[in-house]
Order: sequence, then C-alpha cells, then structure tokens
Amino acid sequence: MADPQHDPQHAVELRNVVKRFGAFTAVHAMDLNVERGSFVTFVGPSGCGKTTTLRMIAGLEDATDGDIRIKGQRVNDVPIHKRNLGIVFQNYALFPHKTIYENVAFGLKYRAVDRETARKKVREALQLVQLPHLEERVPKQLSGGQQQRIALARAIVIEPDVLLLDEPLSALDANLREEMRVELKRIQRELGISTIFVTHDQSEALAMSDKVVVMSEGWIEQEGTPEQVYNQPASEFVANFLGISNIFSGQVQAVSGGIARLGLDDGPELLGHPRDGRAARQGERVRLAVRAEKVFLSESAPSDDPAAVVLDGKVTAVDYQGQAARYFVEAGPLTLQAINPIDRRPFHEGQPVKLRIRAQDVVLLDADAHQSAAAKAAAE
Amino acid sequence: MAVSDAHTRDMRPWALLSPALTAITLLLAIPTCFVIVYSFWLRTAAGDEQVGFYLDNWIEVLSDPFYRDILLYTLKIGLITTVCCALMGYPAAYFIAFSKMRNKAFLLLLLMLPFWISYIIRTMSWINILGVSGAVNYVLQSLGIVAEPIQMLYNEATVILGLIHFLLPFMVLNIYVSLEGIDPNLNAAARSLGSTPFQAFREVTLPLSLPGLAAGSLLCFVLGSGTYITPIVLGGPGDGMFANLIYDAIITQLNWPLGSALSIVLLIVLGSVVLLYNRYLSLGQISKGFG
Ligand SMILES: Nc1ncnc2c1ncn2[C@@H]1O[C@H](COP(=O)(O)OP(=O)(O)OP(=O)(O)O)[C@@H](O)[C@H]1O
Ligand SMILES: [Mg+2]
Repeated sequence: MADPQHDPQHAVELRNVVKRFGAFTAVHAMDLNVERGSFVTFVGPSGCGKTTTLRMIAGLEDATDGDIRIKGQRVNDVPIHKRNLGIVFQNYALFPHKTIYENVAFGLKYRAVDRETARKKVREALQLVQLPHLEERVPKQLSGGQQQRIALARAIVIEPDVLLLDEPLSALDANLREEMRVELKRIQRELGISTIFVTHDQSEALAMSDKVVVMSEGWIEQEGTPEQVYNQPASEFVANFLGISNIFSGQVQAVSGGIARLGLDDGPELLGHPRDGRAARQGERVRLAVRAEKVFLSESAPSDDPAAVVLDGKVTAVDYQGQAARYFVEAGPLTLQAINPIDRRPFHEGQPVKLRIRAQDVVLLDADAHQSAAAKAAAE
Repeated sequence: MAVSDAHTRDMRPWALLSPALTAITLLLAIPTCFVIVYSFWLRTAAGDEQVGFYLDNWIEVLSDPFYRDILLYTLKIGLITTVCCALMGYPAAYFIAFSKMRNKAFLLLLLMLPFWISYIIRTMSWINILGVSGAVNYVLQSLGIVAEPIQMLYNEATVILGLIHFLLPFMVLNIYVSLEGIDPNLNAAARSLGSTPFQAFREVTLPLSLPGLAAGSLLCFVLGSGTYITPIVLGGPGDGMFANLIYDAIITQLNWPLGSALSIVLLIVLGSVVLLYNRYLSLGQISKGFG
C-alpha cells in the first residue's frame, strides 16, 4: 500500500527517526532519503550511530520514534523476514554448518522459486562475485575475502529492495580492501541495487558513494555528493573529519559581487565565496575552513588573481609523504597546514613562502549539528 | 642453540601437564590396574582371597543373564534420564543464553547453587518432599484428597527423578555454553533472508548448539549410568543399577574379586560410549561446559 504522500521513488526514507537506549539517545531525529539505485554511505567516528541506524532499517532494532519507509511503505512494524533486505555483516556471518551453495541458496528457500531456478540464480550470483567453483566447500575453508564475496552473493541472490552493508571491508587487509571496494561498486552498478554502506573510512565513503551522510553523536552533520561534503563542508566537524582543514574564526566585513571579505581575528583578511544556500551578512561572526590541499605554496609571489589572497609565511615543519608533502606554515599569527604536490624538491624547514588562498576554497561553516542541537535543547 | 630451544618448547606442555598426569597415574591408572588384577583372584567359600589367575569371576559375570539384564536396565535408566534432561535443559539454557536480563551471571549462579550441597543430601531431600510424611502427602491429607498417605517413593520413577535433579545442571551448562558461542549475526542473517524466528532457530541455532547438547547428554548418560547413590536412597529393592551390584559385592559381601570384575565391565561399557562419541563429536565441547 504505497502511501501517495511518500515518494515511492525513494528506496528508503527516514522521517524523524529516533533511537534511545534507556536514557541515552543513539540516533536523534534523523531525516534521510535514499534514492532508488543509489549508493549511500554513512560515515562518522566510532559510536556515532551508523550501525544503529542501519539496524533500524534492517529491522534488527526497533525505532523509538519516527517512520521508516522502504519503497514508500512504512515498515516500522514489519518483521525483518518480510522486509526483503540483503544484509552483509562485518564478520560475514556465513552459516558455518552449511556449504557455500546452501549458504547462498538459503534465502531462496523462503521465496517461490523452484529447484532449477534456484540453482540457476545461485550460479549467477556466484558468477557475479567471481567465485563459481566453491559450491561444495564450507565457509571455514575460504579466505576472508572469499567469505566476504559469498556473503554478498547470499545477500543479492534474493534480489533485495535494499542492500545494507555494515563495514563489510574492515576485516580485510589493505590490498584486498581496495580490490573489494572496486568489485562491490561494480556489482552495485551492474544490479542497480539501492545500497546503504556503513564505514568509518572517509576514503571509502568518498570513493564509492552517490551520497555521503556524515554523522556525529547521533546527528547528521551533512549529506551530499562526495564533492559537496569534501569541498563544501557544512560544519567544522565535517571539515575536520574528511581530510585536513584549516579552521579560522572571523567576521564578515563586506559582501560584494558574491564574494565576502572576511577579517580573521587578529589576522589577515581572506576572500570567500558563501556556499550555496549559506548567505553571508555583513558583520556576522563566522567560522571558515580551508582545505590543506587548497593552500598553495610558492617561493615567489604568484600571478595576480583578484579572487585570491596571498600571505607571507615561513615553513616550520615538513611531513614528507612521497608525491606530496604536508607543511606546517606560520603566517603572522596563524599556523596553517598545507598539502602540496612536490614539484622537484619539497620546501625545507625555515624557508619563507607565499601562501595563496583562493576565494572559492574558503568555506563558511555552520555550527556543528550535534552542538547546535545540544545548545537548543539546553536553552529550552 | 636452536635445537635445544625447540627441545625446551616441546617439553613445555608436558611440564604443564605433569601435576595432573602424576595425580591421574597415582589415583586412577594404578588403582585401575589393581582392580584388573583383583578381578582374576578368587574368593573362597571361607572368605579368603586366593591369589592367582582364575577366570571364575569373569565367567560368572559374562554368562549369567542376571548381570546382563541389570546392565541393560542401567543403560535404559541412563538413557531415559538423559532424554529428560535434554528436553528440560534446552529451554532453560536457551532462556539464560538469550535473556535480555542484565544478571545473566546471577541466573548461572542459581544453576550452580545445588553444587554447593552434597549430592547425597540433595537426593535425600526428596524423602522430605515425596515421603509418607513428606510435604506432598501432608498437603494432600490436609486438603482431604487422600485419607492415608500414599507411598510415592522407592520406585523407578523416583530414581529417574533423583537422577534428573542431580544431572540437569550439567546439561544446562553444556547447552548454554554452546548457545553462547553462536554469533548473533547468524540468526540476524537468517531472519533477513526470510526465516521466521522458528525457522531461524531450526536452521541455525539448533544445529549449531548440537555439540553442546551432545556433550551434555554424554555427561548425563555416563554419570547417570554409573551412580549407585540415587537407587539406594530413592529406589526400591528391584531398582538397583549396575553400580549397586558392585557396591553389594564389595561392601556387603566383601567379595572384592567379583566386584572388581563388575567394575571393569561397567568401565568398559561406559568407556566405549565415550569413545564412540569422541569418534563422531569433539569432546572438546565437554570441557567448555565447565568454563
Ligand atoms: N544495545 C545497546 N544498548 C545500549 N547502547 C547501545 C546499544 N547499541 C549501541 N549503543 C550505543 O549507541 C551508540 C551508537 O552505536 P553504533 O553501534 O550505532 O555506533 P557506530 O557508529 O556503528 O560505531 P562503530 O564505528 O564503532 O561501529 C554508541 O554510543 C553505543 O554505545
Ligand atoms: Mg558500527
């Protein structure tokens, strides 16, 4: 019974979903849409509520409040075995007493599928994860990476409405992880299956997702495409969580032609573009973020650019990383981090440098969602 | 250097095992050898023991159907007890393992509580419950349901009851441990793939807890089939089990050679059950039951 008020184009919709464990709130008033066929990633530090949210969608945990919809239908009261979801667990959770074939075929037993079709579907699923020859083995005889693929095959063979993955790659070593990441993305795209992926690895989140949901302490800090959350962090938390950012406090001194002139506290001025939907008012106090890779260092003054600010500074420390280096640079009262590709030789400690910061790379931040919410709650 | 290192390493398990091995050798292996030797001696009509190599005891034990029938009866009682313990123990273990209660440890403590009281006293407590002047008869009489007290004790059923009382905690502990060891995600995975709670139990939880059930059953069967106290305290004259024969031969008749032969028979029968089990199931499970 699709509720016309809710868009059945969304594979999953969360409306004001809350989860409390006793007095502790693990997930606060969460709103989220997962578009059909899209790959959505929950990312955030340990304990921020990623798993809890996923488990509520899966039906392994009851939501304390709010609505969870799958394909437009409210599922809060639908038991897990009727939700038609594929779940891949961090520890794979293959049935140790069943063969690989029986594991993958497990979900088909409960669906109107005859033996022959089941056999065909299992074969196809094993083909898709590129492990067609292991049917008669038991999970113990497989490597971690192979078990992970089988777990994936078991989840997709039932053609679930949504695929839920809780840190599926975290038990694999670095190389295998990279490989599985590409593989997983390929399979997801091939099947066009709506997917929610949980990770605390930012590079995984940025590399795989159509939409990244950054969470902290049970709140959504920001959701958007990988480019949006990376280049236009909404809050200090997001700016710091994804990559390395320089954060400043300051005041908006003037706004003209879409460019704001920002005076940093006891420091120089920067130019900044207000982010989409984030207007800057003159006199407003703001927090700003500049990504470390967007602080360009050079020996001599770079060419004149009206939408950039150039500061004088001095390198105080160098962290050599191969193709790039991370520099700590002092510019007047400010200390910045800059990650620059190495041209021929890295800058050395004590070297005077010019820092160029473009207006388009200066992001005006909002207060952290979890902090402003806490402040609001305290005020009430 | 490397060789001697490897050598010390190889010896280490033996060093750790040696106190236990010494104890087992002194207290179990050597006495068992004595018992075997005894079984070939002979008790004369005068009541002396005649040292030598006589097969008389063995011929009597192995040919007299009396002993065979009691052995079969003993195994039957052991089996009934084991099945009852399994049926009663599984739900209890399941409840403890999956209870959302915070004091699971307390439930386990309750389970261990009976071990603090001697097995004999626990067995005797049934006399106060089911005896002629026991609690049940008192209630029945006070309510006027019966005029005269009923004799409920001293039959096969009370022997089994006493054995269940004695053995149930072993069963529950073993099943509990194997249920505890099951990854909860397995059940979640089965449910997400379409199993109802009962189907998930049948497909995942039950098969994965079978080793614990098997280990508990083995313990119950061996301990139950080897006891003589419960039949003495709660059984009637016809309810003696095989161990009671040994008790009678040695303590009552002072016929050590015959008692020894009977002991060896019971040891071999129960030992083969253990060995058969070991062939098909890992005995490692049993040790977990005490962890
Ligand atoms: N059953 C529970 N009872 C009480 N608190 C819980 C329970 N499950 C989770 N929590 C709490 O809820 C918060 C969110 O937990 P959750 O497992 O969702 O975090 P996570 O984001 O998945 O973290 P991680 O990256 O470490 O897996 C944590 O503070 C956790 O302690
Ligand atoms: Mg988690």
